[in-house]
Amino acid sequence: MSRQRELVLIAGAAGLSLAAAMLLRRRAEDLRRSDDAPGRTARRLDFGGYRVDGRTVTISASRADIYAQWRDPARLNRIFGGTLSLRQHPGDRFVWTIDATPAPIEVETWLVEDRPGEQLAWRSVDEAEIDVEIKLQLRDAPAARGTEAEAHVAWRPRWGLAGHYAAWMQGTDPGRLCRQALKRLKMLVETGEIATADNERREG
Amino acid sequence: MRALTWQGKHDVRVETVPDPRIVNPRDAIIQVTATAICGSDLHLYDAVIPGVQPGDILGHEFMGRVVETGPGSTLKKGQRVVVPFTISCGACFFCAQGQFSACDNSNPVETQEASELLYGHAMSGLFGYSHLTGGYPGGQAEYVRVPFSDVGPIVIPDGIPDEQVLFLSDILPTGWMAAENAQIHPGDSVAVWGCGPVGLFAIQSALLMGAGQVIGIDHHPNRLRLARDLGARTIDYRHSHVLEALMEMTGGIGPDAVIDAVGMESHGFSPDNLLDAAKQKIGIGVDRAHVLRMALMAVRKGGRVSVPGVYGGFADKFPLGALMQKGLQIRTGQTHVQKYTSELLQRIMEGQIDTTFLISHRLSLEEAAEGYRNFHENQNEWTKVVLTPG
Repeated sequence: MSRQRELVLIAGAAGLSLAAAMLLRRRAEDLRRSDDAPGRTARRLDFGGYRVDGRTVTISASRADIYAQWRDPARLNRIFGGTLSLRQHPGDRFVWTIDATPAPIEVETWLVEDRPGEQLAWRSVDEAEIDVEIKLQLRDAPAARGTEAEAHVAWRPRWGLAGHYAAWMQGTDPGRLCRQALKRLKMLVETGEIATADNERREG
Repeated sequence: MRALTWQGKHDVRVETVPDPRIVNPRDAIIQVTATAICGSDLHLYDAVIPGVQPGDILGHEFMGRVVETGPGSTLKKGQRVVVPFTISCGACFFCAQGQFSACDNSNPVETQEASELLYGHAMSGLFGYSHLTGGYPGGQAEYVRVPFSDVGPIVIPDGIPDEQVLFLSDILPTGWMAAENAQIHPGDSVAVWGCGPVGLFAIQSALLMGAGQVIGIDHHPNRLRLARDLGARTIDYRHSHVLEALMEMTGGIGPDAVIDAVGMESHGFSPDNLLDAAKQKIGIGVDRAHVLRMALMAVRKGGRVSVPGVYGGFADKFPLGALMQKGLQIRTGQTHVQKYTSELLQRIMEGQIDTTFLISHRLSLEEAAEGYRNFHENQNEWTKVVLTPG
């Protein structure tokens, strides 16, 4: 095979690959546009440099009750289960502490949205260790089942994919922490307690 | 306290462990007066259920006396109670519909993700049955912490011996729900695979619900005798071709309903079961689903399939074609124990249901490991083991 023919073949293969990639991308975008699934369920990891995770849980309680729980830092710390804690500073500044290894991670945020009974959102300050936005949205559940509480976290892990993986391995990735918090909240609101298999009360 | 702990495959030991304490407001502490080894405990003993850890206290069939209560418990100290093996909050969407074994709030958050991954949804908490279902310490012990004690335990009037009511904790309601799931109409033919405790109670329940004939299938002569004593006809699968026999015994129609009371550890030397056993042995398969496959083949067109037998993972060679083409219905699930306990206690007190006939051995808690070994090795004679602490 001549050198020229080789180059033509390589260029052709590259062109076909590029076209296929563009088609797949367009198809993915079309699919994304053509369904009603929440954006975070899209088949991709990266959302403009952010990881996006979340969970919706139906809780048999009113929106006002659930909102009140989330505005009470003492209650919040209980449902965060020790891995995550929240301190309110003067004004609408909140510090989230993740009990990570080798050292706890503190993330300072502003409460950027506060619509009672509907939505709360925190955004990390510019100089924060992790760039993150946390949102809680409350909707009436159908068939009088209470409230759909949706937690939504968009974050930019330190060290990218490796940082995300490390957090996942430690059980401290924000998506997981939010999912667990919502489930504890559901337990607390619906039953008055948080289920545990421990035969003794844990201190702290 | 003393408790039976799981240490590994075929290795259970009675050890001294810390006493339980009240942790949550709705808790109660029960001093166990009687507890039993369940056929499904043998799945843990055989290490085929994922999520069991060394040191876990086993046991999910137990009753006892209330010795301590949290401020949210409705029980009183000194009351005798039978405790359902399913832990249910009584408040969530599922509990409100009577689907207690689907409770959303009893499996601790930390252990929910494994079952979400395996089953798509988190399971409810169960006593002594692996960390997929919460890792709750079980009832083969002197004391048990019972969460949501205002929902689960049923108070037993004094004067009724433990042995008459102990099985309200699991196998009696499980057999009853199995028959209910079979949607029995008067005169129906019902085939029950497995004449162990759940199968026997399913036979008893099916007859009470009006079945015309119930056919018990097993290979242990003593268990087949117990089925016959209840009024069932029997098939010993070592001697007869089950599918052919069932067709002949039902006029060529097939049973109207079938009940798989065997679950994930089918016996026998059929090719599919040998393949399942090999996969289970090397850890690439969980369920030996031979009985379920056979039940789907045996049931009549448009018939009902009830599955009280425990399955844990995935099965292949599954006759989906038979399921679809014959238009079958399948109902299954962990038992919604709390839904049935009051009615079944009433039937026991009225003498309609006897639960003691299947007890073959009574041991002390200290002898529990021997009980496991014999219940596992000699299923013909060891039909049910009741343990007494202290």
